[in-house]
Amino acid sequence: MLSYLFIGGSFLLYIGIAVWARAGSTKEFYVAGGGVHPIANGMATAADWMSAASFISLAGLISFIGRDGSAYLMGWTGGYVLLAMLLAPYLRKFGKFTVPDFVGDRYESNTARIIGVACTIIISFTYVAGQMRGVGIVFSRYLHVDINTGVILGMAIVFFYAVLGGMKGITYTQVAQYCVLILAFTVPAFFLSAQVTGHILPQIGLGATLETGQSVLATLDQLSMDLGFAQYTTGTKSTIDIFCLTVALMCGTAGLPHVIVRFFTVPRVKDARTSAGYALIFIALLYTAIPGVAGFGRVNLIQTLNGPDNAGTEYAAIPDWFKNWENAGLLAWNDRNGDGKIQYAAGSAFDSKGGKPAFDDGADPRGEMGQRLATNALVGAEFDATKQPFANEVYVDRDIMVLANPEIAQLPAWVIALVAAGAVAAALSTAAGLLLVISTAIAHDLMKTVISPNITDKQELMYARMAAVVAILIAGYFGINPPGFVAQVVALAFGIASASVFPTLMLGIFYTRMNTQGAIAGMLVGLLSTVGYMWYFVFGGGDPADYFMGISPGGFGAVGLVLHFVVAIVVAKFTPPPSEEMQRIVADLRIPRGAGEAHAH
Amino acid sequence: MSISSESAKAYWGENLRIIMFYLAIWFVVSYGCGILFVDALDKIDFFGFPLGFWFGQQGSIFVFVVLIWAYVASMNKLDAKYDVQE
Repeated sequence: MLSYLFIGGSFLLYIGIAVWARAGSTKEFYVAGGGVHPIANGMATAADWMSAASFISLAGLISFIGRDGSAYLMGWTGGYVLLAMLLAPYLRKFGKFTVPDFVGDRYESNTARIIGVACTIIISFTYVAGQMRGVGIVFSRYLHVDINTGVILGMAIVFFYAVLGGMKGITYTQVAQYCVLILAFTVPAFFLSAQVTGHILPQIGLGATLETGQSVLATLDQLSMDLGFAQYTTGTKSTIDIFCLTVALMCGTAGLPHVIVRFFTVPRVKDARTSAGYALIFIALLYTAIPGVAGFGRVNLIQTLNGPDNAGTEYAAIPDWFKNWENAGLLAWNDRNGDGKIQYAAGSAFDSKGGKPAFDDGADPRGEMGQRLATNALVGAEFDATKQPFANEVYVDRDIMVLANPEIAQLPAWVIALVAAGAVAAALSTAAGLLLVISTAIAHDLMKTVISPNITDKQELMYARMAAVVAILIAGYFGINPPGFVAQVVALAFGIASASVFPTLMLGIFYTRMNTQGAIAGMLVGLLSTVGYMWYFVFGGGDPADYFMGISPGGFGAVGLVLHFVVAIVVAKFTPPPSEEMQRIVADLRIPRGAGEAHAH
Repeated sequence: MSISSESAKAYWGENLRIIMFYLAIWFVVSYGCGILFVDALDKIDFFGFPLGFWFGQQGSIFVFVVLIWAYVASMNKLDAKYDVQE
C-alpha cells in the first residue's frame, strides 16, 4: 500500500514540475534556455547519470564480485574528472547543443556529423533498454502489476515530461528525482549500517569491527571462503583486464552524449567546471555508500539463507521476501538434496549459463513446498566437499540486492516503499535524458543541419517531439521484450563512447591540427574495432581464451580508444590541415571569455 | 574581448600544466593505488579496510571530488591572472 503512495506521489510531483516548466522554443527544449544554476545542473546531471544500473545493479554486482567491482566504482566517478578538465569547459565555450554538432562543426564535415549522430543513437538506445527493464522489475514486484503494464505506465510518464518539457522540463524534474533517489538509497544504507555495525555511515561501518571481534570485511571473506566463493577483498580478474575496464568506463562516462549535453545548459564556462564538481559530489554521496550496502547485504543474505547454524533454512520458514522475489522470477530454489531446506553456496543450481532458472511460465508448476519449479533444475547434489559444506540450491539475480536489502534486514515498510520510488526515479530520469538526446540528434543534427536546413524553429521543435515519441515507443518495446543481454549491451554503450566520442572530442580541443580525414578515420576505427570485438565475443560465440591480451569485451573500449588516437593522428599528419578559420576557432575555444549563450548557428 | 596571442599561448600552457598535475594525482589514486599496487597496499590495514581495497572502493572517489574543486579554484585564479574570466 505504501509503495503505491510513494510511487504515485512521486509521479504527481514530476508531472507537476513538467507542466510548470514547459518548453516554448527549441533552445528551451535542447538546453533549457542555457540558464540553469550550477547546483541545480549538478543535481540534474547526477540524476541523469545515475540510472537503474547505479541504483539497482551496481551494489548487487559488487555484493557478488567484491573487489573486482572497484573498476565500476572508480570508472563511473573518475570519468567526471576527465569531463571537468578535458571536455566540459571547452565544449561549453564552443557553444553548440550536441555532440554531433561539435563533431560536424569542428571537423567541417557532415560525414563526421553523421557518424556522431550514429554513435549518439547507438549509445543512447542501448542504455535506454536497461532503464526500461529496471522500471519493469520495480513495478512487477511492488505494485503487483504485470511487467508490461509497468513499462507502459513508465513510458507514459516519460512521454509527458520529456516530450512537453524538453530539456527544461527534464532538468527540473531531474532535480526532484535526484532528491528522491538519494534519500531512497542513503536512508536504508544508514539503517543497514547501524543495524549491522552500530555506525550510521556505511562509509565507516564497512570498516567496523563486529561483536564477534572480526571486522565486517574479514567476516565477509570468511563467509565467502566457507561457502566456496572467492574471497570478498581479493580480485579474481587479471590486472590488465581491470585496468582496461576502468579506462573504458571512465572515458566512456566522459563521452556519453546525454552527460555532455548537460554542460551546454549552464550560463558560463566557469559554471561548466563547477557543475561537474557539484555533479560529482552528488554522485559520490550515493557511490561511496554502495560498497557498504553491497557488503552488509551480502552478510545478511548469506546468514538469512543458510540460517544461524549455517545448515540451511526450511523453505516453509523462509521470510516472505524470498517468495515474493521467487514469484517475480528473480530468485529460485532447487532442493537438490531433498532436505526441504534452502542452502546457498558457490556453484549453479540450474543448468544454464549463469545458473539462471527456466521457469515453466504457462502452467507455473509448484513443488510440494510451494516453490516454483524450473525445467532446467540440476539433479543430484554433487559438490566439492573440500571447498564447501553443501551444494548450491539457490539462484539469486544480482539486480534484486538493493531492492531486497531492506526486506532482508526487516526494515520498516516505509523504507521499502521509498527504495521502490527511488529505483523508479533513477530509471526514469536517465531514460528521459537519453530520449532527449536521441530526439535532438535526429531533429537538430540530422533534419535541421543535414537534410532540410530551411525548416523553422517551430517545425524543428515538432520534429524533436515526434522523434521523442518514436524513441519512447522503441524503448518501450525493449522494456517489454528485454534483450537477454542487458548488462553486455550497457558495456557496449560505454565501450563505444570510450572508443569513438571521447577521443574525437579531446583531439578536437587539444590538437589544433586535427582535421576532417583524421577525425573520420579515428571514429570509424574506434567504433568498428570495439563493436566488432564485442560482437564476436558476446554474440558470435568467441572463446574467452582468445581474448586479446586477456581483455574482456567490456574493457576493449580502452584498446579502441588507443587505436582511435593513433589512427586519427597518423591520418591527420598526412592530410591537409583544417582551415585557418577553424584553427582560429579552436584557439578561441581555449579562452573562457566571450562564451555567450549556447546558440544554434 | 580577445587577448593577445602571446598571452593566450601562455594561458594555455599554464592551463595544460594544471591539468597534467591534477591528472597525475587522478591516475595515481585510481589506477595506481586501486589497481596496479592494490595487492601490496592490501597488506596495510586502514580503519578496518585493506588499504588497496579502500582506495578502489572509497578513497579514489573522495579524491576525485577534491581534485575537481581544486581544479576549479586553480582555473578561476588563472582566468583572473590573464583577465580572461567572464
